[in-house]
Amino acid sequence: MEKRATFSSTTIGLLFVAPMLVLIFVFFYWPSGQALYWAFTLEQPWGGGNQWVGFQNFQQLLADPVYWNSVIRSLVFALSSTVIAMGLALVLALFTDRELRFHRAYRSVLVWPYAIAAPALGLAFRFILAPEAGLLSVINHLSPGLWNPALDGTDAMIAIVIAFSWKYIGYNFIFFLSALASIPRSLTEAAAMDGAGPARRILDIQLPLLTPTLFFLLVINITESFQDSFGIVDIMTQGGPARATELMVYKIYFDGFKGLDYSGAAAQSIILMLLVIMLTVVQFRFIERRVHYK
Amino acid sequence: MVERTPVFDAICQAILFLGLLIALVPFAIVIIAATHDIRTVNTVPMPLVPGHDLYANLAEAWQRADLGRKLFNSVLFATAVACGKVILSAMAAFSIVYFRFPGRSALFWAIFVTLMLPLEVRIVPTYAVAANALAPFQAILNVTGITWLVQTVSGIEVKLEWGLLNSYPGLILPLVATATGTFLYRQFYLTIPDELAEAAKMDGSGPVRFFVDMLLPLSRPNMIALFTIMFVWAWNQYLWPLLVTTDPNFGIAVTELRSLIPSEFGLPDWNVAMAGTLIIMVPPLIVVILMQRWFVRGLISTEK
Repeated sequence: MEKRATFSSTTIGLLFVAPMLVLIFVFFYWPSGQALYWAFTLEQPWGGGNQWVGFQNFQQLLADPVYWNSVIRSLVFALSSTVIAMGLALVLALFTDRELRFHRAYRSVLVWPYAIAAPALGLAFRFILAPEAGLLSVINHLSPGLWNPALDGTDAMIAIVIAFSWKYIGYNFIFFLSALASIPRSLTEAAAMDGAGPARRILDIQLPLLTPTLFFLLVINITESFQDSFGIVDIMTQGGPARATELMVYKIYFDGFKGLDYSGAAAQSIILMLLVIMLTVVQFRFIERRVHYK
Repeated sequence: MVERTPVFDAICQAILFLGLLIALVPFAIVIIAATHDIRTVNTVPMPLVPGHDLYANLAEAWQRADLGRKLFNSVLFATAVACGKVILSAMAAFSIVYFRFPGRSALFWAIFVTLMLPLEVRIVPTYAVAANALAPFQAILNVTGITWLVQTVSGIEVKLEWGLLNSYPGLILPLVATATGTFLYRQFYLTIPDELAEAAKMDGSGPVRFFVDMLLPLSRPNMIALFTIMFVWAWNQYLWPLLVTTDPNFGIAVTELRSLIPSEFGLPDWNVAMAGTLIIMVPPLIVVILMQRWFVRGLISTEK
């Protein structure tokens, strides 16, 4: 889309965009370039500048089972939390959209979790899911040792998935609800006249029309699970027990700032960047194809 | 709707009610745990009737996490990030939509690409830049030979340095440098009728006047929405503040949650931890509840 009426002063135009440009140059483009530089070089132990090592950092990384562990854990985390958060949000949004009694209450309360900071809900869930106190400790009371996220890797993974999904149910709910609101009432009403019950209408009309939103949220949820999970992991498990919840961003933080291995952390950043860019590109291609469909 | 489906309606209500419970139970647990004393909070199962120690726990958490100072910093930080985004994005989008100059679409893409890589993903190099925000310019001067030129001509060595670690600008600026807001404004400006700008030009208004007197007032709803989203988003930031503020004077509330994790030795004082969590999670929640209408609309139109 282009504007017909525009202003011609290049100077003023550039002045308006300049502050933003300076900021993104300093805090986005420069660091991204720096990450590339670090990923292909190795810092000398006694100073004296970086040495070009080509793909050595990446080779080392890809040969490292600990790194693959974090990749696999991240994928498990991303997929399971996305499925839970999107599935529950979709069902809740579909039912709220039917405007039964109390739908206003549902509509406002179900959004609340999204307002909570990831580390805050991390601490809350650390208590709720703690093995010795809180809510789930009841399980251990009945059968000792069944639930212990501090010792059992699977339990710890389940705990961070629950915490993360809880927050993103609220987020997905907003998007689903607004997408549902944009489906013309006449469509569902016509289907009802033809004798389709509510369940049939959901399956044959609302769900197909929601596919762009579904796909959009799928990508957003996966990318957010890479970034927003840091606070939850850091508060709830610190990557443990035995690296069972060491997700990719947490490992970058740990290697870069605790292990001071800038080159390794930069190489990991580059791989994560490529992953996120890939997801975004896929999303844009898909949305583009959907636009003329409307 | 148009028909009566009592059975299906009942199922829907049951599931919705369950969803409501899932959303509310963690809040309830946090609040109830914050009212107990340390012994009660550790009994299994924890009594769901609130105790009487809420005030003592809040005071203890307040003191342990130094929340007076930290909440002040959080408010300052979140407000500054939100304001910075609202203002800078409006300006950048105005330039991109309403001006014709060479390289304009390249500029748009340059800004737009920043949507793809969130701060967490490029955290290590961004931290290095924050240690000296002028390093990029220094490097450019070195490479282009200007440093050398100035030194030989005047004898002064050009050394640009502006450390941002442990400072408010260091907390705020990197978080302003993304395109979320610019994109929202751009979408909105494109819906404004061309006649408006034509009429303004006909009446002799320049771009600055048009921006201040027409565009800004028209985009008030978008500004409120963007402000709300960015306030909540900035308040909830964790990794960046954790790295940049090692000096407790500049710490924010959310990173203080770390100091509230009960120690592994002795009886864990979850009551204090939950009291602190309660204090820290309430401000963005209030903002969302008050601004829900704007918040929802803004979140949808940004399509982040």
